Amino acid sequence: MKMKRCSYDIVIIGSGAGGGTVAQELSSLCRDGARIAVLEKGPKLRDEEFTGREVEMATALYEDGGGFLTAEQTMTLAFGSAYGGSTVVYTGTSLLPPQRVLERWNVPGLSFADVEQRARKYVAENNVHLLEESLLNENNQLFVSGCRQLGYRVEQFPVNLKGCRGSSLCNLGCPNQAKQGTNRVQLPRAEQNGVEVVTRCEVQRIEAKKVFARVSDKAEGTKGEPSSWEAGDYEIDAKVVVVCAGAVNSSALLLRSGFGRSLPRLGRGFTCHPAFIMVAEHDRPITNAVGHPKSFYLDQFAESDHFLLETCMYFPFTTAKAMTGFGEEHSRFMRAFPRLQMILVLACDEVHDHNRVTIDGNGRPVVHYRFTPEVIHGLVQGAITSAKISFAAGAIRAHVPVSHSPTIERADAQRLDQIAQNPDFKPGKLSIASAHLQGGCAMGSDPADSVTDSLGRVHGVPWLYVADSSLFPNSLEINPYLTIMALADRVAETVREDMRSLL
Amino acid sequence: MEQSRSVLAPVRDVFRAVVVTVVPEAKQLDESGWLALEALVEDALAIRPPALRRQLQLFLRAIEWLPVVRYGRTFTALRDEQRGLILRHLQDHPVERIRCGFWGLRTLALLGYYGRPEAAYAIGYCPEARGWEAVQG
Repeated sequence: MKMKRCSYDIVIIGSGAGGGTVAQELSSLCRDGARIAVLEKGPKLRDEEFTGREVEMATALYEDGGGFLTAEQTMTLAFGSAYGGSTVVYTGTSLLPPQRVLERWNVPGLSFADVEQRARKYVAENNVHLLEESLLNENNQLFVSGCRQLGYRVEQFPVNLKGCRGSSLCNLGCPNQAKQGTNRVQLPRAEQNGVEVVTRCEVQRIEAKKVFARVSDKAEGTKGEPSSWEAGDYEIDAKVVVVCAGAVNSSALLLRSGFGRSLPRLGRGFTCHPAFIMVAEHDRPITNAVGHPKSFYLDQFAESDHFLLETCMYFPFTTAKAMTGFGEEHSRFMRAFPRLQMILVLACDEVHDHNRVTIDGNGRPVVHYRFTPEVIHGLVQGAITSAKISFAAGAIRAHVPVSHSPTIERADAQRLDQIAQNPDFKPGKLSIASAHLQGGCAMGSDPADSVTDSLGRVHGVPWLYVADSSLFPNSLEINPYLTIMALADRVAETVREDMRSLL
Repeated sequence: MEQSRSVLAPVRDVFRAVVVTVVPEAKQLDESGWLALEALVEDALAIRPPALRRQLQLFLRAIEWLPVVRYGRTFTALRDEQRGLILRHLQDHPVERIRCGFWGLRTLALLGYYGRPEAAYAIGYCPEARGWEAVQG
């Protein structure tokens, strides 16, 4: 097949929180004649294609259907692959970056005040607010009640919703277009201003001011609009390239393009908040599968015990997979679905030398991840704390996956402290998943220990930028989207300033 | 031709025996229910590397023959509680790779069963795009 050729001033790779933001912020350049393209690997779904059906939507919107396996096969990673990237499938939780974390990152040239100010811009732009009390379901209220009875400092999530009807289907793409992801806000604005968004376009490698990509046809029976480009291989000239493909794919793309030779930290420093779902059963039906699923969190143990708790509500297969075991004991919890309370336990992981992104012989990403003692401690303590919260809220039994006997009856709740002494934490037995993928192209000042400078410029490559969560030099310890947007905003501003010399 | 592309076809009996051990309610499935379950699993496997699909077949064959050493019978010929013991042994196996293999197989069984809309409704999960409006009538 003949290679097709085209030319742009700026090519942005990826359309999620990073790429969507960069596209919007640079789109005014189109008025002055600049040609800008966003290349997105996934499809753009029509509004009516968001059906809320679990397997169907996961297949359409996530890489590997949401089950991207690590090399060790002990954890799955969930990240979006669609117009809007992971902002299509997150719950819209929008937290400002924590000052303590940014100060600990200690990136020369990156100040907390600057990142926070930019994050606030997107708070306003994305309609971030606290949901009113009448829209909070019992799954969330029970978490608050349990936390308060135990004296914990529970907080409400600000969320980026507009016209939320409470379908509880956020993680399968909002069927009511209420979530203000880049697919609803930044990308449409960028397109109005003249940016071209090309879906089903997978970038294979980058060379000196050139991007090589393959556009695929829409396969029969799959969701989404066809690409605006004809299927085939493309060689795209670009004066500026901004890589925003997410922590896994940005690192992998730069590695298969050969940048790892001069940047030894490329792909390293991967963190992801490994997580599992805690399930507890009440003796009466509760509102759980209606209303926003993730309205509250508890972060007071992040520093001392390395875990966060968040309310959550998942779908039947995801819930079944999340619990350990099988057979009648497992089925009993599943049959109690309308009575289930769910809490997500997230470990606050730190950069570890083993945990990194590499590529296989075909250039595909491979994520290596081992659970450190701190992560194991965080997950075990988080599970026990979650069970205590559920019991304090009135649950009659809880599923504690790190226990040798996972079902804990309310009358046996005192066993929880024994579990902490002797947990059953076997990688490969527990269902651990992650959706907060970070690092791989860390910011810093020295090419020996970082990949970009504090403004996202790849060391030694003046036309190449990174603008997504791969920039994080260590875990953010909270939901990352607003911080990604704030960093992407900095990168876009830098590109504008650098343009005169680059164009 | 269709048969040769199927991962499950050569190991269908043992796969179904694993599924009913993982989800006892699967015993109630009729043939169309099984076909729907297996179609979801085949779709999920289709996007995985060929090596992983071969490993799954190998793992299922090992599960079929492993019990002969202990019980003198294949997995498909065992009683329910004996099948449960075999799978529990794999789930808690000291070798991480074997635990991961069982986790993957268990995940496929759960995907096939609970990924069907009928199973979701049967456990009382009825998602509604209209959200609160649907609940409040």
